[in-house]
Amino acid sequence: MAKIPIQVTVNGQTHQAEVEPRTLLVHFLREDLGLTGTKIGCDTSQCGACVVMMNGSTVKSCTCLAVQADGAEVTTIEGVADQGNLHPIQEAFWDNHGLQCGYCTAGMIMTSVELLQRNPNPTAEQVRAGLEGNLCRCTGYQNIVKSVLAAAERMGG
Amino acid sequence: MTTRIFGSGIRRREDPRLITGQATYTDDVNLPGMVYAAILRSPHAHARIRSINTDAAKSAPGVLAVYTGADTEGVLNAIPCAWVVPDSDVKAVPYPAIATDTVRYTGDAVAAVVAESRYQAEDALELINVDYEILPANVHAESAMNEGTPQLHEDAPNNQAFHWVAAGGDTDSAFASAEVVVTDTIIQQRLIPNAMEPRSAVASYLSSMGELTIWNTTQNPHIARFVTSLVTGVPEHKIRVIAPEVGGGFGAKIPVYPWEMITAFCSMKLGRPVKWTETRSENYQSSIHGRDHVQTVEIAGTREGKITGIRSVVHAGMGAYLSTAGPGIPTILHGLMYSGPYDIPNIKADVYGVFTNTTPVDAYRGAGRPEATFLVERMVDLLANELNLDPVEIRRRNLIPKFEDGFDISLGLTYDSGDYQGALDKVLEHVNYEDLRRQQAQSRGQVTGNGHHDHGHDHGHDHGHDHGHGHDDQPSATKELIGIGVTTYCEICGIGPSQVAGAVGFGGGLWESAIIRFYATGKVNVFVGTSPHGQGEETTFAQIVSDELGVPVDDVEVIHGDTDNTPMGWGTYGSRTTVISGAAVALSSRKIKDKAIGLAAHLLEAAEEDIEYEDGKFFVRGSPDRSQSIQDIALMANVAWNMPAGMEPGLEASSFYDTPNFTFPFGAHVAVVTVDVDNGHIVLQRYAAVDDCGNQINPMIVEGQVHGGVVQGAGQALWEGAVYDEDGQLLTGSMLDYALPKAHLLPDIETLSTVTPSPHNPLGVKGIGETGTIASTITIYNAVIDALKPFGITRLEMPLTPEKVWQAIQQSGKP
Repeated sequence: MAKIPIQVTVNGQTHQAEVEPRTLLVHFLREDLGLTGTKIGCDTSQCGACVVMMNGSTVKSCTCLAVQADGAEVTTIEGVADQGNLHPIQEAFWDNHGLQCGYCTAGMIMTSVELLQRNPNPTAEQVRAGLEGNLCRCTGYQNIVKSVLAAAERMGG
Repeated sequence: MTTRIFGSGIRRREDPRLITGQATYTDDVNLPGMVYAAILRSPHAHARIRSINTDAAKSAPGVLAVYTGADTEGVLNAIPCAWVVPDSDVKAVPYPAIATDTVRYTGDAVAAVVAESRYQAEDALELINVDYEILPANVHAESAMNEGTPQLHEDAPNNQAFHWVAAGGDTDSAFASAEVVVTDTIIQQRLIPNAMEPRSAVASYLSSMGELTIWNTTQNPHIARFVTSLVTGVPEHKIRVIAPEVGGGFGAKIPVYPWEMITAFCSMKLGRPVKWTETRSENYQSSIHGRDHVQTVEIAGTREGKITGIRSVVHAGMGAYLSTAGPGIPTILHGLMYSGPYDIPNIKADVYGVFTNTTPVDAYRGAGRPEATFLVERMVDLLANELNLDPVEIRRRNLIPKFEDGFDISLGLTYDSGDYQGALDKVLEHVNYEDLRRQQAQSRGQVTGNGHHDHGHDHGHDHGHDHGHGHDDQPSATKELIGIGVTTYCEICGIGPSQVAGAVGFGGGLWESAIIRFYATGKVNVFVGTSPHGQGEETTFAQIVSDELGVPVDDVEVIHGDTDNTPMGWGTYGSRTTVISGAAVALSSRKIKDKAIGLAAHLLEAAEEDIEYEDGKFFVRGSPDRSQSIQDIALMANVAWNMPAGMEPGLEASSFYDTPNFTFPFGAHVAVVTVDVDNGHIVLQRYAAVDDCGNQINPMIVEGQVHGGVVQGAGQALWEGAVYDEDGQLLTGSMLDYALPKAHLLPDIETLSTVTPSPHNPLGVKGIGETGTIASTITIYNAVIDALKPFGITRLEMPLTPEKVWQAIQQSGKP
């Protein structure tokens, strides 16, 4: 299959690559760039384990082609911490037991980053509604909601 | 006085790698020269394979090999069932890794492709041409044994996989002389476990050494190694199974599946590392399902509400083959739990396991105990209804009184300790039960009087699981009934004594071992055979060691999941890891302390009996300034420059712990729901859980387990269900169709606890991983039925979708 050249900036680093047009962004990130922090939990865009930021908005990277990311700025879970300092949302997930097996966590954190950008001071109901596209099977969501609310407070929302 | 580390809700030590994306799950493993396997699965539930043509696939780009059942037959042994329950005529039918002549469910493997890339392997699957002769399918557990039903296996007449009976007391007499008997049919619908991480395996075979390494999404790497040895023929000591980070299991990662055996086979044939990772749709078809019971149940009682007997006939769907622990779930872990927290003198469980053309069924969170708890608690509510007793009152009349060291139930088990009444009192006080009943009466008056009901408890959630914006109701016009469900439960976990495991046909032991090793720097490794995958034992086990030996918790690292560097263990399931493996950690800590006392006595030139220990220091009684810290001792033991005569160097201990009995956690839960009588929408308004898991090592983790468990149980009550059509096609074949609980559909779970230590466990712990799931399904179900009482509705099938509720209301003929 013919390959298409793309240029994607991921976590501040620019990558040039040639990919098959059908290559999913999540496979490009995980397999071509070795950024395995982004997870695949389903094949129908339900679970949200693969959420990354693209040009400032969240996308499900299993439902986005790598060629669609050509020229884009992508942030994955590996790029959330600032020079080794945990992002306040990461810190809040840790403090509030917002994860158990950790598989949904990258997607939950990426979604929460956008959620708090849009609404720095959300109610619990708004956080729950904002996580509608992310599934977790371990926590019952309660401590995830608690984590996001704690992060909002810490970030001065 | 310092705060004790045992019992502190410290944050988890495993989290930094998980919140930064640095953890390594199986699909994250990449090896030099690695290639990818994909599995062709039968699209038919039941068919004979006439022929398979793989020519086109073999010549497709990047394809290295295509294998069918003809290649694996005689090379890979059948997948064994490891729980052959005695005295029940278990039909351990052949379960080939790749089907040879017949496929028996949609998902049965027909061929495997290995290619240079994942995409090429998937492409090549499309090029395999299989000629099937389609056979009629049998998909219902209830009718699988009926005459004329399509047969799955020659060796299992009438599709009967086993027949198991457990009885205590004299049920026939109890029912013959009963003042009241109530009957019901309960359907425990089939569920899909849905760990967020799909299953995956990476196999690497080193032909020169005959060594096979498999990274595997398993809850029990040592069992996986044992069974892999049986299936592949590679000797057990030449196999290394690594369970790296595992993204949830809920039972579905206990079994040894054909898929990782196929992956190993491919690596052995090709001499290259091979990765296989399932898609979610593949997971739905071919990783195990749970539940699938049809239960006919009777309860007998006196007019005063004393339960005198309970009996059932259960048809439990096993799927197309017997999975690893399949037969043990609806029998040992289900039928023996019919007494619940009550003193019921006469009990009989009559369980048929049946084959159907569906995905194999095995342990799913709670595994048998949710089905038993549902059965008991449903029947108790029905009896209360019949006798016009409050659900709380009937429970009070039957609960076993508080006991601290052993209570024998009629089915032969000995419960360890319990205060069921105490848990019930606590939850009722917390929710203000009388006030809830008053609110309910008010809601009933308003609805039946056609009045407009004010949304006193509306949390603004969607009403139902319709993925849309559910605020389409007109609140001013809705009529909501309040329903209250109350459950008292007792469950069996901490599985279990190995002698009992043998007696009930479990194909292994159930002890655990732990090695604790102190280094010269005073830092510690703990090696365990269990394999946590989200439960946080890297933290709680470090807390145990820290508490026992006074070493800072951050100086303890817990190692698990790799058969090459951990001692033998039977795995993480059945809420047993903290109970059994944690006990082994405690025992090894105590051995370390004993040795440290001997060494301290030598270094302090005192007699051993004069050495005292406190907070990590060993000192001579009466002279606290003459002391040796645990770190001093560790250094000396490691360099061994000055050891007492006859004492070995090193500071390391190993323990094997086999429990004398199971543990029996218990609790009382209350659910409050509203049901909109105009459209059947149910909202879970409140959920309060009082759980007693004995001593708590880390209350934050305990609460997290309860949250997740309760929500999983709520999923069964309200949303989840695996549905097959009559041809055996899985209609709920993706996350689009199978409704999982979502954040916006749930309230905060109110968690409380009581503490009744297990008298026989070295830490007094009981286990908490499954209690939420065991209790919550029936608590919510009973709440919904309670809400619908004005309509005379006493049963509905789960999941309790708005449509079913609305239909039942319409058919009730009541206002």
